[in-house]
Amino acid sequence: MSFEILTFSFMHRALISGIAIAILCSVVGLFLVLRRYSLFGDAIAHSSFGGIALGLLAGVYPLWTAYGVSIASALIITKVKDRYNISGDASIAVLLSSGIAVGLVIIGLSGGFTIDIFSFLFGSILLVSVDDTILVLALTGAILIVILLFYRQILYSTFNEEQAKVSGIPVEKINYLIVFMAGITVVTSIQLVGVLLISALFVIPNVTAIMYGKGFKQTALISMSFSVFSVIVGILISYIFDITPAGTIVLIAIGLLAGTMGIKSSGLLSKK
Amino acid sequence: MSKVVEINNLTVQYPDVKALDDVSLVVNQGDFLGIIGPNGAGKSTLFASMLGINTKYHGTIKFFDEDIRKSKSYLKEIGYVPQKPIFEKNFPVTVTDVVRMGLRKESDENKIDEILQQLWIHELRERRIGELSGGQQQRVFIAKALVHNPKILILDEPVTGIDQQSIDLFYSILRELNSKQKITIIWSSHDLDAVNKLANHVACLNRTLFFHGESEEFFSNDELVKQYSEASMQEHMHHH
Repeated sequence: MSFEILTFSFMHRALISGIAIAILCSVVGLFLVLRRYSLFGDAIAHSSFGGIALGLLAGVYPLWTAYGVSIASALIITKVKDRYNISGDASIAVLLSSGIAVGLVIIGLSGGFTIDIFSFLFGSILLVSVDDTILVLALTGAILIVILLFYRQILYSTFNEEQAKVSGIPVEKINYLIVFMAGITVVTSIQLVGVLLISALFVIPNVTAIMYGKGFKQTALISMSFSVFSVIVGILISYIFDITPAGTIVLIAIGLLAGTMGIKSSGLLSKK
Repeated sequence: MSKVVEINNLTVQYPDVKALDDVSLVVNQGDFLGIIGPNGAGKSTLFASMLGINTKYHGTIKFFDEDIRKSKSYLKEIGYVPQKPIFEKNFPVTVTDVVRMGLRKESDENKIDEILQQLWIHELRERRIGELSGGQQQRVFIAKALVHNPKILILDEPVTGIDQQSIDLFYSILRELNSKQKITIIWSSHDLDAVNKLANHVACLNRTLFFHGESEEFFSNDELVKQYSEASMQEHMHHH
């Protein structure tokens, strides 16, 4: 294997945005997983599908419409869920199917599936432009700063809403903040793994990291490391063997999870 | 003696039942108040209203002479220990992480070690919360409630499902907090003996408040104790 591939500028862009997305998804995903909201990323991704189709039909850059539609629908479903007391998993199902339904109808109106639609469904990290890379870095930086600023409030309201409320934390606002950040994160990550595999990046590295039995910050760091490792190795392997990056990245993450389970059942990690 | 809590004509009406009916109560600085009453007597509703979790009530609740509908700043002065803290067993937080959540300012980090030592859980500080026994977890939640130096500690039946040794330790910690650190304690309990030993004031709640006064007055009045025990026994039979 030669290191020639590391000299290509498209590979630089892919790796830089891939690493940023890996970090972003694992941090935002950790809060979602702990809130038993693991599939929320998936639901937002499916609703972004409607947004992408809308952008393609209207001739607007599809990611912009995807941001609009995803964030709006995520906030609306959260409001509806609280107002009408719908359970978390049912609200996810509603969001997920309505996004796909809207997307399918719009795609039908615009004359059927195109190559563009497939690149959003399955990701196209090797095709990211310089502008895309800058956008990914800026959004990742912004979200990480917000999380650091509200770290205690977000962690506490994730741990126990009622107690957080009693400590004077505006739990409802924090919930909307998380949903808003999840919306941005999902659409930003579509380029890496596509609509269909997004929840893998949100969930798998975090489920793996939680098994190591450490405190919160260490768990977040372990998760980020696994996520970044999966993305770098996944992109390189997929390029060398000419296979899909999205699938490869997710399979490596699953490999790390399986390995951790193996180590754990062999007794090398404390069983809890 | 200064009033820290003043509740006037508190009524909470749920769709099918009146949970609290015209309850009025004053708690003074330094009081150790034991609130007793059978299951469903409205103890948790009372706490939920005092803590701003339940806002649908009639009447007024004042902390430090200020109506809690007007300002939430009183919450800074309160430490609250729930009945059974609910959290995911695998939630990746250590004892230190949990206690840190109770801080109001990140700058008070050194307070964490101090409170962990005071509650005999310092050596557990790097352990995950889900790995600990019920009694240890409870001490962690007391540490979390105390780490920001509250003036009032509110505890909702905090010994449910905990072994006797931990309960004894817990009671001696409460006594010390009240007598040495002058923290006002409001504590709901099923355990009449413990209330008799620890509290200096007693409130008997069964939707209405049918006694509120000094602990000695309650426990020296056989009629009152009997009345309470019968109410609680009936409730007990009703539940089985």
